[in-house]
Amino acid sequence: MSARIVAIAANTFREAVRDRVLYNLIAFALLLSGAAILVGQISIDIERLVVVNLGLTTVSLFGVVIAIFIGIGLVSKEIEKRTLYTVLSRPVRRWEFIVGKFFGLAGTLVVNAFFMAIGVLAALLYVAHAYHKPDGWILVAVYFIILQFLIICSLTLLFSCFSSPLLSAVFAFSLFVIGSFGDDLRGFAAMAHGLTGLLATAAAYLVPNLSPLNVISSVAHEQPVASQLIVYNTAYALLYAGVALCGAVLIFERRNLK
Amino acid sequence: MPAIDILGLEKTYSVGFWRKRPRRALCPLHLAVEDGEILGFLGPNGAGKTTTLKLLMGLIFPTAGSARILGKEWTDPTVKSQIGFLPEQPYFYDYLTARELLDYYGRLSGVPAKQLKSRIEAVLARVGLPDVSGMQLRKFSKGMLQRVGIAQAILHEPKVVFLDEPMSGLDPMGRREVRDLMEQLKSEGKTVFFSTHILSDAEALCDRVAVIHLGELRGVGAVEELTSGVAGKVEIIWQGTMVPASLKALGAECHVTGDTVRAVLAEASQDAAIDALRRERLQLLSVTPVRKTLEQYFVEKLKKSETAGGAP
Repeated sequence: MSARIVAIAANTFREAVRDRVLYNLIAFALLLSGAAILVGQISIDIERLVVVNLGLTTVSLFGVVIAIFIGIGLVSKEIEKRTLYTVLSRPVRRWEFIVGKFFGLAGTLVVNAFFMAIGVLAALLYVAHAYHKPDGWILVAVYFIILQFLIICSLTLLFSCFSSPLLSAVFAFSLFVIGSFGDDLRGFAAMAHGLTGLLATAAAYLVPNLSPLNVISSVAHEQPVASQLIVYNTAYALLYAGVALCGAVLIFERRNLK
Repeated sequence: MPAIDILGLEKTYSVGFWRKRPRRALCPLHLAVEDGEILGFLGPNGAGKTTTLKLLMGLIFPTAGSARILGKEWTDPTVKSQIGFLPEQPYFYDYLTARELLDYYGRLSGVPAKQLKSRIEAVLARVGLPDVSGMQLRKFSKGMLQRVGIAQAILHEPKVVFLDEPMSGLDPMGRREVRDLMEQLKSEGKTVFFSTHILSDAEALCDRVAVIHLGELRGVGAVEELTSGVAGKVEIIWQGTMVPASLKALGAECHVTGDTVRAVLAEASQDAAIDALRRERLQLLSVTPVRKTLEQYFVEKLKKSETAGGAP
């Protein structure tokens, strides 16, 4: 990776840290500790199920909100504030700027997810008093959540290249919600006929399918995750994020910075 | 070979929502800046100065034309490591300190890591910010940000420096310092292309100036050439407070300041005026032809273009 991409990614990460985005970790830790204590007191034999479900869902939602919140301004804010002028007047290619921004945001979210996962595991230890073998699947669920973040990051970055922050947030959040029901959308597309079927099929393949990336419930029930699913999800997320990033680069390469 | 050779760069925007209509921001611009010279790019607000700089920096794309910088196509990425740019009213990442910002820009410009720290210290000292370099930029005044802007433009020791309104927002001391800095850059052999609408700065600094108005280049030349046209008047200064009546009869405009009198009158009346002062035994201090100022040249050019039909 070029030194310029690393510098842009590091600066993006630093901006998130200095903007106190990672402070949500403290809020998350407090929330989870409180929930764990509460759950420990009110649930009988399903403490683990509740803590894993609650914890991983919160990791996913917090991360998506942060991805959208930061991602929507990654390019548009730089254009609006004209900070981009002193970057692009250097030997920085426009694609390097987009890729650097992507890695910076992705890095922020990975660090976020890492610390939140530690919080979930600590809460689990508190309610269950010990770890068991199936708890290892929690790490796979966290990995899938990170893959979701990569997709959302690339999409927010794509929208940020041509749209206002507000519209970008609406587009990205809508796609996250629709994508979470991606399997249902594909099921509907398979049943529909004619023009509806065609449109539904197009939408089903255009919208990211986030359903297979959500294994929180099965992990909470101590069910293993198939290795084929890990390979499939990794390939799908990397491909989807890559295509969205290419779209962002194509738009940004042609954009006049007024 | 010119350091900057602008070959018919042109920019037209489409404006309007439903019915798009073209709006020309820059007519085909042909301009060459020689190696090691300071060229002032003059024009009123909205003349096309910033558009030209944005085109040269690759921030916007031209409708037609091209440019060569240091003998290479201006879009060539290798050219960019040899140019520095200060945008108008620069805004930087305000969560960074001056040192962190320069470190970031140094890395982007490809400054070797081993040299970066010493370069940052040197450039901060050069722009007069060594003591506040650890402070976050959000606490900086406008003048301090302008200095940071100049620091980032020269950090990587570029051969060509583009400055868009570098004196903007600076107090008289700051303006003086920037002028000194630009002279230093020239003495180091660097080419400086700077846009301004402060004519006194251009007059004091530039080897040549180019005047642009309504997106069209109106004139280029050395300051002395452009202002060499004698206005046909002379300025006579003498000791004392007395103004001879014969001088008033010659149509002289006289102003008494302290114990000297300054009179401006037609060049043809110069000898008669000097004779009148001798007759009154007044001590003559100076006789100088009144030359056209850059401001007069500038205003003339703008008036001409407005009477010629305005928009290009």
